[in-house]
Amino acid sequence: MAQAYSAGLTVTDNIILRKERVLPLKGEVLVQKGDKVKAEDVVAETLLPGKVVPFNLANKLGVTPAQLQNFIKIQPGQQITKETVLAENKGLFGTGLFKNVVYSPVDGEVENISSVTGQVLLREPRIPVQVKAFIDGVVTDVIPEEGVIIENKSAYIQGIFGVGDETVGELKVIAKSPSDEIGVGDINDSCKGKVIVTGACVSYEVIEAARNHGVAAIITGGIDDQDIKRLLGYDIGVAITGHEKIGLTIVCTEGFGKINMAQKTYDLLKQFDGHKTSIHGRTQIRAGVIRPEIIIPLDFEHEELKAPEAAVPVLKPGTMIRVIRQPHFGRIAKVTALPEELTKVESETMVRILEAEFEDGTKFSLPRANVEVIES
Amino acid sequence: MQYDEKRLTRIVATDCGSTTTKAILIEWVDGEYRQTIRGEAPTTVEAPLNDVTKGVINATNELEELARLKYNNPNIKFMENGEFVIPRNGDIGVDAYVSTSSAGGGLQMMVTGVVASMTGESAERAALGAGAIVMDLIASNDKRMNHEKIERIRHLRPDMILMAGGEDGGTVKHVVEMAELVSGADPKPRLGAGYKLPVIYAGNVEAQEEVKKTLQDKVDLIVTENIRPKLETENLGPARDKIHDLFMEHVMKQAPGYNKLMEWTRGPDHENVPIMPTPAAVGNIMQTIAREENIEVLGVDIGGATTDVFSVFTDEHIFNRTVSANLGMSYSISNVLASAGLDNIMRWVPFDINEGELRNMIKNKMIRPTTIPFLLKELVLEQAIAKEALRLAFIQHKDFASSLKGMQKQRDISEAFSQSTSGATIVDMMSLDLLVGSGGVLSHAPRRNQTFMMLIDAFLPEGITQIAVDSIFMMPHLGVLSEISTKAATEVFRKDCMLYLGTCVAPVGRSKIGKQALHATITLPDGKVFDEHIPYGELRLIPLGVGEVAKAHLKTSGGLTLDSNKSKELDVELHGGTVGIVIDTRGRRPFGLPTEKAQRISYLKKWMRELKVYPEEILA
Repeated sequence: MAQAYSAGLTVTDNIILRKERVLPLKGEVLVQKGDKVKAEDVVAETLLPGKVVPFNLANKLGVTPAQLQNFIKIQPGQQITKETVLAENKGLFGTGLFKNVVYSPVDGEVENISSVTGQVLLREPRIPVQVKAFIDGVVTDVIPEEGVIIENKSAYIQGIFGVGDETVGELKVIAKSPSDEIGVGDINDSCKGKVIVTGACVSYEVIEAARNHGVAAIITGGIDDQDIKRLLGYDIGVAITGHEKIGLTIVCTEGFGKINMAQKTYDLLKQFDGHKTSIHGRTQIRAGVIRPEIIIPLDFEHEELKAPEAAVPVLKPGTMIRVIRQPHFGRIAKVTALPEELTKVESETMVRILEAEFEDGTKFSLPRANVEVIES
Repeated sequence: MQYDEKRLTRIVATDCGSTTTKAILIEWVDGEYRQTIRGEAPTTVEAPLNDVTKGVINATNELEELARLKYNNPNIKFMENGEFVIPRNGDIGVDAYVSTSSAGGGLQMMVTGVVASMTGESAERAALGAGAIVMDLIASNDKRMNHEKIERIRHLRPDMILMAGGEDGGTVKHVVEMAELVSGADPKPRLGAGYKLPVIYAGNVEAQEEVKKTLQDKVDLIVTENIRPKLETENLGPARDKIHDLFMEHVMKQAPGYNKLMEWTRGPDHENVPIMPTPAAVGNIMQTIAREENIEVLGVDIGGATTDVFSVFTDEHIFNRTVSANLGMSYSISNVLASAGLDNIMRWVPFDINEGELRNMIKNKMIRPTTIPFLLKELVLEQAIAKEALRLAFIQHKDFASSLKGMQKQRDISEAFSQSTSGATIVDMMSLDLLVGSGGVLSHAPRRNQTFMMLIDAFLPEGITQIAVDSIFMMPHLGVLSEISTKAATEVFRKDCMLYLGTCVAPVGRSKIGKQALHATITLPDGKVFDEHIPYGELRLIPLGVGEVAKAHLKTSGGLTLDSNKSKELDVELHGGTVGIVIDTRGRRPFGLPTEKAQRISYLKKWMRELKVYPEEILA
């Protein structure tokens, strides 16, 4: 086989990005097609339905569900406060003595009244939700009542794993090389609000220092599993992340353990040192994969916003690859051949392999599944 | 519609898993159906491709290339212009294309009932039997406050909800109350905001009208027969069929590229062959084996994200399936570590390894799920993790596969002294006839002896049990193929899929290491006799080929037993396989490993060496 499909993460200094920014429920879009927006701008907002409070009114009143309709003072859709009487009975023999009056436990709205169960559902006031642009760019489409599509030209890096939600800050490369490992002393007040680059690894102590100095986000090659556990207070079982409230966002570009940041990734970050950067740690490795993103918006003309069709990363002789599992984890090489036959590797597994050459000329072979294509 | 070899001579079947898309070619060759070629490619539900059919094309390309090589015919082609050519015309095209799928997280459901252990459990059984992952069971008596239940329903975002509750003529109030909670939560489907969430109501027939009134404006309500019409009767079929219909109509259409894939899956007359959820297809096959051979079967399919356990036990062939949604070998591997604990994984590893290194290795597999162990050490570690994933999934299965709870049971005098109660597990390892493994780590283990050991260490079969494996992972494919050709599916299953590894003989009971446990006299087909007094705490491997049968006289010592009748002496026939007969005197009820590390490693090495599980260099 002369070539084969291979998965890979995107690292590029120039991409046309298209981001859908939509509300969780229908609401109001605040911008128009053609508007230029900043990452911090609110583009759409809505009111989420408030919390539902089930309330067994028949029980409270001491009547059967079927009798409830004789005493009820509210109807579905009615606005209520804690002073609203939901139901009252007429007291002993209709005299008003020992009259039982039930007030609403919450402010809000009546959702439903059931004569089968005697239960009323009350809904608390709506909760406002806003969606921000997240990236500087142009609104190229409006989805009525739902949100917008924002496009821009960016330098773009997909991370492999992250924690923490969307944030924006100025890029600050602290690591002096992809293999560097910065210390607590490297973090100071100049890092406040910044997206910092730490090199091959970031320790728990450095993360703590970053939090204390108000760092917005950390970009690192690797991170130790135990440091993540300490940071979150639990072990990550399934990689669905991004919702953590830990005071900052962390994006790993390579994986777990100390792993040199890919030279290309480091060089790209270094090139854009000081630029405004949008970043999130959201990772979901099943059911519609999501990877963390580092987005550095560039200046562009509107005509440039033509996204090329998604290219399929392909392995063929000459393709540059990065090894993504032991042995040689993290090293860069060039494919020299793609033998068709299944080949037995050290573990005795029969796999399709590729033959490749490191920069120093050393030759090796590996399962095709254990490399990713580096886009040129 | 069923077809035979006149209309079906070449079929491509795929299984779109969460990690890889596996394609097989089935052909009518020399008067029989055989599985001839296999190809695979990464599943493409991830950006930038976001289209499951790309993975199908890639896997089929590999099939085409291998077919050209195999038949030395450069003209063979199954697809043209990126689509299957149906029917076959000479070298070009296939007569049918069928597929199963668990990509995109499979089918995720929430179920409700009135009493969790009765109608709730029946609803759960129906959902699981249909191939779903059950995200939560919400019941009137589950001790959560109503507002907590509403929050939970809102938060979950399932693909669909199955509501059960009340026997016919029983409680209406509790069923309607649950409908009110669902209505209040106003749940949204996980995929696609443009349609209403499908909710199947399969509860008390007398509550149907009230449930309709409560729910029909908010959700897409489908009413079907009661799942538990009487306390002592379960009627899972109608609800299960509705789940399958909705899976196709709603869920699959939302996943990237599935609209296209659904149009591709066609038989010889261009009729659509619905895509089946992978576990439903595997369940079909397991039930067929049990029915046709009249045996008790326990099967497992361990995938990247989930582990499914299937069983058919008792004379009535009661089928149960459980899915452990977060136990798997890639996406969920880290959760196996979190659930089992590091010590439980390390107890299967015959060498020492730095804890941090192992933890990071597991996490890296989680985030790069398609990678393969190149190093022998990593293979051993992955197989140790697999044993724990299988063990944990089996514990969940045993709890779930029980007789119906809440039934009045009349007992005779012999039962009065036993512990059996309504709701006790029906999984009996002593009466089990066949244990079948499937899924990447079992089907693709470099040595079949590794598969044998993973299965016996995880499931601890008792007495005499045949062990088999899905040779190259094709049970899902055959499960869906049987929809258009039972003949093709059955033939390929017997000849190419089901690979007998051999038989495990494991006396039950506790004894002391080194003490006499079993005297085995086994007469092999060539007349040779294996005769040994095997001490407690040992493993023995006696080679016996596929299709061969040996006559054995087994006699235990020290109170150990060999079957459900507590026999201590037995004359039996033992069936061979690619591994052979394994005699396991390591004990059952309890099975234990030495707790002291050096001693444990020494025992593991001895057992692994005896079973020829790993190359000598790692056991030295």
